[in-house]
Amino acid sequence: MKRLASKIGFALSVFVLVSPAVLVFLWMLSLSFKNELDNTAFPPVFIPDPPTLKNYLDVFEKNNFALYLWNSILVTGGAVLIGLAVGVPAGYGIARGKSAKFAVLILIARMTPALSYLIPLFLLFQITGLVGTITALVITHLVITIPIIVWIMIGYFENVPMELEDAARIDGATTWQAFRHVALPLARPGIVVGGILAFIFSWNNFIFSVVLGGKNSRTLPSAVYNSLTFEQISWGPLAAAALLVTLPVLFLTVLAQRQIVAGLSAGGLKDG
Amino acid sequence: MTSTTALPAGLAPPQAKPFKHSADFTPRYWLFSLPAVLVILGVIVFPWIFTLYMSAHDWKIGGGPEFVGLQNFAELFKDARFIESMGHTAYFTILAVVLPILFGTAAALVFHREFPFRGLLRTIFVMPMMATPVAVALVWTMMFHPQLGVLNYLLSLVGIGPQNWVYDPNTVIPTLILVEVWHWTPLVMLIVLGGLAGLPREPYESALIDGANAWHMFRHITLPLVWPFIMVAIVIRTIDALKAFDTIFVITQGGPGTASETLNIFLYLQAFQFYKIGYASAVVVIFFVIIIMLSLLLLYARQKSKWNA
Repeated sequence: MKRLASKIGFALSVFVLVSPAVLVFLWMLSLSFKNELDNTAFPPVFIPDPPTLKNYLDVFEKNNFALYLWNSILVTGGAVLIGLAVGVPAGYGIARGKSAKFAVLILIARMTPALSYLIPLFLLFQITGLVGTITALVITHLVITIPIIVWIMIGYFENVPMELEDAARIDGATTWQAFRHVALPLARPGIVVGGILAFIFSWNNFIFSVVLGGKNSRTLPSAVYNSLTFEQISWGPLAAAALLVTLPVLFLTVLAQRQIVAGLSAGGLKDG
Repeated sequence: MTSTTALPAGLAPPQAKPFKHSADFTPRYWLFSLPAVLVILGVIVFPWIFTLYMSAHDWKIGGGPEFVGLQNFAELFKDARFIESMGHTAYFTILAVVLPILFGTAAALVFHREFPFRGLLRTIFVMPMMATPVAVALVWTMMFHPQLGVLNYLLSLVGIGPQNWVYDPNTVIPTLILVEVWHWTPLVMLIVLGGLAGLPREPYESALIDGANAWHMFRHITLPLVWPFIMVAIVIRTIDALKAFDTIFVITQGGPGTASETLNIFLYLQAFQFYKIGYASAVVVIFFVIIIMLSLLLLYARQKSKWNA
């Protein structure tokens, strides 16, 4: 009897923990599939009957959603690729060279609010005429991607035993070859984790594009906020757009759940 | 910086390596970091220095800079709106740290146990922190609608009257904290769960023999052992709560009036609404000092807790 009660209590606590997340995402889904009449009904209609795709069609037809999607892919893709190209060797250099000062710099960079980089970068881009270009956004997103990638790579390279590289060098390999052919393949899981987290944080970023994005170079989060919120206040298309914006990230979360958890707890630990 | 304990193990002062050659190669490793150093100098260090320069100038977008020394700072501390925003930030930050820490730790204890569908349920639980903040904030805005929002309907089912949520100066910050808690409790859960995963079994076994109950075991075994992890979570949460911008900006833009204007929103408005570049830069400098001081304080606390653990 007591066993059963504690089992039910446990199930109840799991339910309480999970339901806020379920409620918000299901409500988002429900809003996006209902017509405008049902969306503004009170008491609210929970299950779309019949479900409509009109909101999604609206998002693509009445707004430049495809363009903003492409912008987001360019900005995030560019920032993640450059971040990996620059950040992975840096993580190796810091881990092996034990450059603690540089590591602290990276740490402070991770803690500084993104907003504080924005004023000087805005002025800089104004002078160089880059405000409103994709290039400016890619450069600014490096502020997000490089610190996280470097930070995660430091941790992974430290777990790659030094002896293997030493052995390679005794056989005549250069430092670069030891990195390229010994350490790098072994740290591949770290590259995946760093890449995924950098992608998510860059994709989700809002403020850089609000200030630096032009009408045609906005990324999705600021486009949804700007064009959709002000040009049409109807809930259905807004919910559909919001869902489409966050869908790639949610997909990635489900697919790479284990790696993300590993990365966040490793990165989180090292954050202190 | 005295925070060497916070660094990954290998960043501690080099110990004698069993193999000599690695030391011989050390000087060349900085070459690997060179590209990153250059980029970081450009997009991170340059903005820091330039911000300091701007904070000492009266500068509006379109006009030129005029040196005013510390006048921006003096003005800031006379600016009632700035002082008010500091208060809002403190209010928001304290609750946006304490609540996720409590709920996240409780959630970690739950997810540490084995139960059916644990993986799936954990993924669902973690989703809020991954979701695009703007997208989620838009949905919350619709849910908070006083007349048509689903939250007031759900409250009416359990006999609670309609709330004004973000439309009332008295409830706007608690409501925004609700969103923040929803968003970031999973991160605390993951960090503490990582701590729980590494716990040894023996203390529990002997405690069971001694007839300890679940609360005693939590209080005297689990809590001290995972405390370093909770400290890490507190550090991260504090910094993130101070940085909170997206959801507040999307849901209230600091309103109604200035009732939810935090430091971050104040900074944004000064810079990009009023174009007072010098003034806004002074806010960034103050912000920066607060963040550095808090992190040092928390790192210190963490170090102490480590010694005691």
